[in-house]
Amino acid sequence: MIEAVGLTKRYGAKTAVHNLSFQVRPGAVTGFLGPNGSGKSTTMRMMLGLDRPTSGHVTIGGHAFRSLPNAPRQVGALLDAKAVHGGRSARNHLLCLAQLAGIPAARVDEVLGVVGLQDVAKRRSKGFSLGMGQRLGIAAALLGDPQVLLFDEPVNGLDPEGILWVRNLMKRLASEGRTVFVSSHLMSEMAVTADHLIVIGRGQLLSDMSVKDFISANSADFARVRVSTDRPEGREKLTASLTEAGGRVMPEADGALRVTGLGLPRISDLAHAAEVRLWELSPHQASLEEAYMRMTQAAVDYRSTADAKAGLQPPPGYGAPGLPGHVAPPPPEVPQQGWYAPPPPGQNPYAAPAAPHGPVPAAGTAPAAPADPTTRETSEDPR
Amino acid sequence: MASVSAVLNSEWTKIRTVASTTWTLISAFVVTVAMGAALSALLNAQFDDLPAAEQATFDPTFVSFSGMVLGQLAMVVFGVLVVGTEYSSGMIRTSLAAVPQRGSFLFSKIAVAGALALVVGLATSFVTFFLSQALLGEHGTDIGAENVLRAVFGGGVYMGLIAVFSMGVAAMLRSSMLSLGILMPFFFLVSQILSAVPGAKSVARYFPDRAGSKIMQVLPDAMNSDPAPYGPWGGLGIMVLWVVAALIGGYLVLRKRDA
Repeated sequence: MIEAVGLTKRYGAKTAVHNLSFQVRPGAVTGFLGPNGSGKSTTMRMMLGLDRPTSGHVTIGGHAFRSLPNAPRQVGALLDAKAVHGGRSARNHLLCLAQLAGIPAARVDEVLGVVGLQDVAKRRSKGFSLGMGQRLGIAAALLGDPQVLLFDEPVNGLDPEGILWVRNLMKRLASEGRTVFVSSHLMSEMAVTADHLIVIGRGQLLSDMSVKDFISANSADFARVRVSTDRPEGREKLTASLTEAGGRVMPEADGALRVTGLGLPRISDLAHAAEVRLWELSPHQASLEEAYMRMTQAAVDYRSTADAKAGLQPPPGYGAPGLPGHVAPPPPEVPQQGWYAPPPPGQNPYAAPAAPHGPVPAAGTAPAAPADPTTRETSEDPR
Repeated sequence: MASVSAVLNSEWTKIRTVASTTWTLISAFVVTVAMGAALSALLNAQFDDLPAAEQATFDPTFVSFSGMVLGQLAMVVFGVLVVGTEYSSGMIRTSLAAVPQRGSFLFSKIAVAGALALVVGLATSFVTFFLSQALLGEHGTDIGAENVLRAVFGGGVYMGLIAVFSMGVAAMLRSSMLSLGILMPFFFLVSQILSAVPGAKSVARYFPDRAGSKIMQVLPDAMNSDPAPYGPWGGLGIMVLWVVAALIGGYLVLRKRDA
C-alpha cells in the first residue's frame, strides 16, 4: 500500500507536483499516466525518498521510505534503465545491489534468468540496448522479492515479445497480492495491463479510478454515418434532420459523419424519414487512448507546432525556373486522425495544426529540395 | 536498515568490478615509483653539481618521493571516479533507493575506497623508497635511520588522504568532470606555483598537499625548502582537517540535495 498525502514538489518557481493525494492498493496493477513533464517521475522519486517533497508526504506500508527497515526487501524499483555503471557487468551490478540487502548471490542468477539476461550476464552493461537495460532494471527491482514494486516506463524500448512479457509479469505480481505501480504514457498498453488508473497533468491529479470507470466516464460513444455519394444533397438533408432531433453532427474528412447523442436505431429511422440511403452506420466506442487525450489536452506541456521551415526555403530563382508552383507546395490533405474522440464542435485542437505536418521530408531538407522539381515535372507532364 | 557490513560488502563489489579502479591505482603506483627512481638515479650521478645548500640538507627519503607530484594525480582521479561515476551514470538513484540512509552509503563507500587507496599508497611508498635508496647508492639512507620509517609510512598515508579528499570534493560537486577540472589544475599547477610566489607562499603552505607532504621529509627543511611553521605531524594534521572538511561538505550536500 502506497499512500500520498498532499504531495507537493517545487523547483524554484516551477511546481512539478501540486497537492497530490492518492492511494495505491495491493493486489492490482495501478497505472500512473500523464503527459511528458507532468510530474510522474518526480512523484516516483519522492516515493523512493530520493527527492524531498516541498510539502506533504508519501508512505509505503505506513513508513516513510527512508525509515523503512531493509528497504530493498520491501520495495523494488525501476526508475531509469540507463542508471547503471556501464563498465560493470550485469551480474556484478545486481550482485552489489543484492549484497546491500543481504540477498544471496544465487538469487542474482535467478532473476537474471527471469528477465532472460543469463547469456549476457558477464557482459558490460555499456553495450546493452535500451530493451536489455530495461530487463536489467526489472531484474534489480525483483531482486529482493518485494511486496511493493515501482516501474517507471518499463516497456520503453522493449520489443513486442518483451512488452507482452512485462505485461504478464505485472499482472502476475499483482495477482500474488503485491502492490504494482507502473508509470507509462502508452495508453493502449495500460488499457490491457492496469486495473486502476491514476492520471496526472501538470503535477495535479486528474483522475483516480478503475480502468473501466475511466473509459466510460471520459469517452463519448459515437456513430459513424456514411451517406450514399450519388446524391450529395442527402448529406446536408440528413445533417439537418439529425441536428433537429437533438444529435450532434461532425463531418469527417472522408465525407462520413460522426453523430453523437443519438442511438443507432434512431439515426436509421431519421434517415429513412428523410429518404436518405445509408452506406454505413457503425457504432464506435472511444478507447482509453481517446479518453486520456481528451482529459489531458489542457495539461500538455510540450505540444508540437507546425514546421514552417521559413529559413530553409530555397531563395527565389534557385532550382528549376519556370516552375512557379514548386516553392510552396500545397499541403496534402491529411485525413483527420481516427483515434480522436468526438470533441465539442470547434474545440478540436488536433485537426487544425495536424495538417501542415504532412509534407515533412524524411531527413535533410536541403537535398530534398532539388529533387522536388523533378518529381513535379513528371507529375505535370501529362497535362 | 541496511547494515553497515552489507553496505561495505556491496561497495567493495562495486569498486572491484570496474576497470577504472585497477587503472588509476596502477598508474599511481607506476608513476610514483618510476619517477622517484629516475630522479634518484639522476641525483646520484650529479650529486656534486648540486648547490651547497641543497647538499647540506640533502634528504634521500624525500627525494625518493619526488614522483608523488604526478602519482598523486592518479590518486585524485581514482577518488573522484569512485564517487563521481555514481552521479554521471545515474547509479546514485539506484544506490540510494537501496540504501536510504545516505550517511552510511557515503561513508561506507569512502571507507572502502579510502582503505584501498591507503593500501596501494603504502605499497607505493615502501617500494619507491627501497628502489630509490638502492639507486642513490652512497647518498641513500636506511629504513632504520631516525624518522625515516615515519616519512615512508607517512608517504602512504598521504596518498590515501589525497584520494579521500578527492572523494569528498566529488561528493560536494556531484560531478566527475567538474571535480577533475578543479582538483587536477589545483594540485598540479596552482598549489605548486603559489608555493613559489613570495607573497602567496605563506597561504599556500596551508594547502592540503603542501602541508601533508611535510610528513615525507626526514630533515626539517629538506632540499633547502622553505621552513614551515609546523612540523611533519602538524602538517599531516592540517591535511586531515582539509579531508574532514571535504567529507563533511560532501555529506551535507548528499543529505540535503535531491538525488
